[in-house]
Amino acid sequence: MNAWPLLGVAVVVVGFALRRNPVLVVVVAGVVSGVASGMGIGDLLALLGTSFASNRVLLLFTLTLPVIGLLEHHGLRERARAWIEGFRRLSLARLLVSYLAFRQVLSMFGLYDIAGHAQTVRPLLAPMSESAAEQDAALDEPARMQVRALAAATDNVGRFFGEDVFLAFAGVLLIQRFFESQGIHLEPFAIARWAVPTAIAAFVIHALRIVWVERGLQRRRSHEKCGQGWPLLDSRDQGGSQE
Amino acid sequence: MIRVEHIYWLVGAFLLVAAFMDARVKRWTAAAFWTVLSMPFLFGDAILAAAQSGVHWPAQAMGAGLIALGVLAARGKLRTHEEAPEREARRRASAAKLGNRLFVPALAIPLVTVALVLAAPHLHWNGAPLIETTQATLISLGVACIVALAIGLRITRAPFSESLREGRRLLDALGWAALLPMVLATLGSVFAATGVGDAIAAIVGATIPAESRVACLVAFALGMVVFTVIMGNAFAAFPVMMAGVGLPLLVLKHDANPAVLGAIGMLTGYCGTLLTPMAANFNIVPAVLLELPDQYGVIRAQWPTALILLAVNVLLMWLLVFR
Repeated sequence: MNAWPLLGVAVVVVGFALRRNPVLVVVVAGVVSGVASGMGIGDLLALLGTSFASNRVLLLFTLTLPVIGLLEHHGLRERARAWIEGFRRLSLARLLVSYLAFRQVLSMFGLYDIAGHAQTVRPLLAPMSESAAEQDAALDEPARMQVRALAAATDNVGRFFGEDVFLAFAGVLLIQRFFESQGIHLEPFAIARWAVPTAIAAFVIHALRIVWVERGLQRRRSHEKCGQGWPLLDSRDQGGSQE
Repeated sequence: MIRVEHIYWLVGAFLLVAAFMDARVKRWTAAAFWTVLSMPFLFGDAILAAAQSGVHWPAQAMGAGLIALGVLAARGKLRTHEEAPEREARRRASAAKLGNRLFVPALAIPLVTVALVLAAPHLHWNGAPLIETTQATLISLGVACIVALAIGLRITRAPFSESLREGRRLLDALGWAALLPMVLATLGSVFAATGVGDAIAAIVGATIPAESRVACLVAFALGMVVFTVIMGNAFAAFPVMMAGVGLPLLVLKHDANPAVLGAIGMLTGYCGTLLTPMAANFNIVPAVLLELPDQYGVIRAQWPTALILLAVNVLLMWLLVFR
């Protein structure tokens, strides 16, 4: 066995870790593992070229860009925001669980870029979560930060575990292409439907955790009202980790 | 008959239009990038057919083009077009006027795709199938995009050129990120062809009992998570782990179902994405946007979900892949 082509894996790991341009890192990794395997330049270029051309299906999603761009130009994002604002008068858990469901379902339809940290979490979901959590009593600063972080986490979970159900999603096509190049033919449909069990599990697990966090906040507040507030542990976390 | 090649020609044409628009405003790097990228779409079939019949120069030229794309990607900056305030006011007014009708074309893409996939075996034209059946999903998606665009143009009463302009705006905003999945899939093929997969499989086989399918499954799942945490990207981990463990040990040796293993294996990698500061745009950028005092605040809020889901995924794979 020739172990030298493993240098290509090392290039990927180090290149991504050093945050170099990912496309360049990947191209260099391919060249390195080809050279390390003892391939000639001509064969290597031909291998890169045929592999690249036969994976072109992964850019098929660009055909959705003209219509999505047109809709955005005519206010698609603004409309989506208005829709989220309809959730305004909900408790923290109901707000975040509804958002999680909404985000997962939209991602399943391929609309994973309609929401996000800059578009919806910072301007809408985080402030709405804070005000939902403060309906009975004010939050202390660490609790407020915890609520904000949970809003961002909910957006991530909703996006990640919905998008793989969309059959034109790059992840699904990447899986399909990998097996196709190994002579195993799969329809994208057949792959995407196996993302459904995990999507449901992600929803249940994260929804339960949201309820759990809300309970924790309420418990902490009721203790404070009785004058036996929990000691705040967070100061320890804040010191070390950010520097 | 509609073949998948026709859909690829549309993609190539769109990329050329984007290149032309970038060239007109003297954004030469972007123009060159989209021009080179249109080549596999316009000539993909010809390149692959030539390589099959022993003519290697077109494939070699494409390989050189791929290296050029890597260099251009590293040179160019991701750039969003500036946003004038009156544009936002106009979008708000338009959103209020059009309301939920705006969702119709966006939802039409997946719905028309699924409808066409289901109808494809029954559609005929002059005695031949209308849609090439082996690629029905991809052709249906391409047709669905055109249908959705037609609906969108009708609802917004916008000219066709506006959709090209806005599409190119999104394409430029994506920049090289749009290309990443395609080059990673290429890397997967290269790794398989140069023996990287075999080398990893040999190492894994030497460290775990390869006879045990549960041990292989756990090694695959944890490998996906660890590689994703290191690289910050489950797509990058996938070709490495699939070529090294998934395909040789699970699919070929233990008869695992590739569709299930691929789908849930990728989502197992996503559990790693929730855990790593390397996936900065999901985990670190929001901490900054939300002004959290702890830059790992978002990861702290999501790690329990990630670990429980990882366990559930391993269980699901164990239950589903060996059936």
